[in-house]
Amino acid sequence: MSEATLDRPEAQASRGHDAAGGVIDIRDLSLTFQTADGPVYALSHVDLAVRKGEFISFIGPSGCGKTTLLRVIADLEQASSGTISVNGLTPEQARLNRQYGYVFQAPALYPWRTIEKNVMLPLEVFGMSRAEQQARARKYLALVNLAGFEQKFPWQLSGGMQQRASIARALSFDPQLLLMDEPFGALDEIVRDKLNEQLLRLWAETRKTVIFVTHSIPEAVFLSTRIVVMSPRPGRIIDIIECDLGDNRTLDIRETPRFLAIAQRVREGLRAGHSYDD
Amino acid sequence: MSAAAPSRAMPRKAGSTIPVLVITALIMAAWYAACLPMNNDLPQLARVTGLAERYQVSWALERPVLPAPHQIVAELYNSTVGTRLFRQTADGMVLNPRNLVFHAWITLSATLLGFAMGSLLGIVIAIGIVHSRTLSKSLMPWVIISQTIPILAVAPIVIVALGSVGLTGLVPKAIISAYLCFFPVAIGMVKGLLSPDTMQLDLMRTYNGSTVQTFWKLRWPAAVPFLFASLKVAVTISLVGAIVGELPTGAQAGLGARLLSGSYFGQTIQIWSALLLAALLAALLVVAVTLAERLTLKAMGSRP
Ligand SMILES: Nc1ncnc2c1ncn2[C@@H]1O[C@H](COP(=O)(O)OP(=O)(O)O)[C@@H](O)[C@H]1O
Ligand SMILES: [Mg+2]
Repeated sequence: MSEATLDRPEAQASRGHDAAGGVIDIRDLSLTFQTADGPVYALSHVDLAVRKGEFISFIGPSGCGKTTLLRVIADLEQASSGTISVNGLTPEQARLNRQYGYVFQAPALYPWRTIEKNVMLPLEVFGMSRAEQQARARKYLALVNLAGFEQKFPWQLSGGMQQRASIARALSFDPQLLLMDEPFGALDEIVRDKLNEQLLRLWAETRKTVIFVTHSIPEAVFLSTRIVVMSPRPGRIIDIIECDLGDNRTLDIRETPRFLAIAQRVREGLRAGHSYDD
Repeated sequence: MSAAAPSRAMPRKAGSTIPVLVITALIMAAWYAACLPMNNDLPQLARVTGLAERYQVSWALERPVLPAPHQIVAELYNSTVGTRLFRQTADGMVLNPRNLVFHAWITLSATLLGFAMGSLLGIVIAIGIVHSRTLSKSLMPWVIISQTIPILAVAPIVIVALGSVGLTGLVPKAIISAYLCFFPVAIGMVKGLLSPDTMQLDLMRTYNGSTVQTFWKLRWPAAVPFLFASLKVAVTISLVGAIVGELPTGAQAGLGARLLSGSYFGQTIQIWSALLLAALLAALLVVAVTLAERLTLKAMGSRP
């Protein structure tokens, strides 16, 4: 297990560009937003390789470019320089081929659709048969423990349930890559713990590649196989931490020394990132 | 971008009936009180002495400057319920032109046709503006300018121009209605079609949804509450448009014609009753749109 340091060449090595079966390969990627107040350097010289089946977390203070990086992967934002491939394709090709499911910070359910119809939305867009749409909606709503809520409208569900519905919607067309932008950020801690456990179980069952944005250290350590620590102005990766806590994690693992040690390292990374600016 | 959706019809609060009744009573009292000073100069009042007597006379004049409310209601009753609705002609039964319902129907049909055409036009213009930068730049100024030209100036031109090519009656009036009512629909729908937030739009993008799919699955349903808010405004000004369209030609039929002939012959009570019927018609139209709004929004899962 090679652990990255802040030392650039070594960090590069652990980013594993050579690894076969890479899902995402980002090299020297920068992104600058041109705004009325001048350029915003949202991402600067980002290098990252993600292997199939990994659960990767992006962690960092707000404004460090986590969302932007996720959006570049999803082809919702274009890099200013550098290269990026998703499943060996350009992000645009990957998007056109519907190769990822995206879970936004808010559930972004369409309020005029029932929960079932919301989950069916991508399937409708893809032109799937009605029967298939319904079967899948039922299956994935059950998977996120929302069986029985098919005919409810979004406002009739709690925030946590809505976000679970949005996860079912992202899973409904069975993409191999799941991009999640602080999906539980707006939820209280108890709900969040529960959803974290469910998400982990889901990941263990499906072995999808997950990229997960968070600003919670325990959440990142609990869920991830690797943690990407980012820092702002300009947004960049300052550390990539292996998080080898094994497969069958339960919430109790958060008390173990190994967990605390990794969390400590993430914290140090975040602190180091800050000292660059201040 | 995330403009707040127009608020739905306020739920009727218990206890709002009494304030409404009080206000109505106050208005009525003021109205009756005003009848004497308003009609004071009429010859019928010249020789009447005593306040009570003067008031009694002022509430029962044949051609008052200001008729009393009960006179208007009585006239409205007599010219609707109190008059035969149908008339036998060579072509069979037709609505009786002596009945105010006949005139109301003439105006209502122009209103509804104009409302339908104007709303459709407004929706089409909004779709164009939202989807094409060029259209947005080229069309929007015209949409705005169209509303700065006073309708009273446009109406005679439209009626005369269309009359010269043989179009008379319903269609020219409907066109004036449409000219007035497309505007709030276009403005409301532009706002509504642009109301989906970035996340809802990005979601469609991640599915590689086409513009048409994004329109039908996102923009259109998001715009529906805005559409109804606009339609409520549009339907009343459609009625105004239809009535205005009846004025310049001295039309023989329609509420506008009744207003005109009433003022021509000094039949103030007839004017007021036509006015009252127009107001009732407008209220009816708004209620109909509101009902359609309730049903639609309910089917779209809006919070009760
Ligand atoms: N569309 C945009 N235009 C201009 N600046 C943006 C845009 N999107 C994000 N930014 C800026 O880029 C930086 C990174 O934003 P973001 O990726 O959202 O951060 P995070 O998700 O880590 O909180 C911030 O300074 C933000 O203000
Ligand atoms: Mg963010």
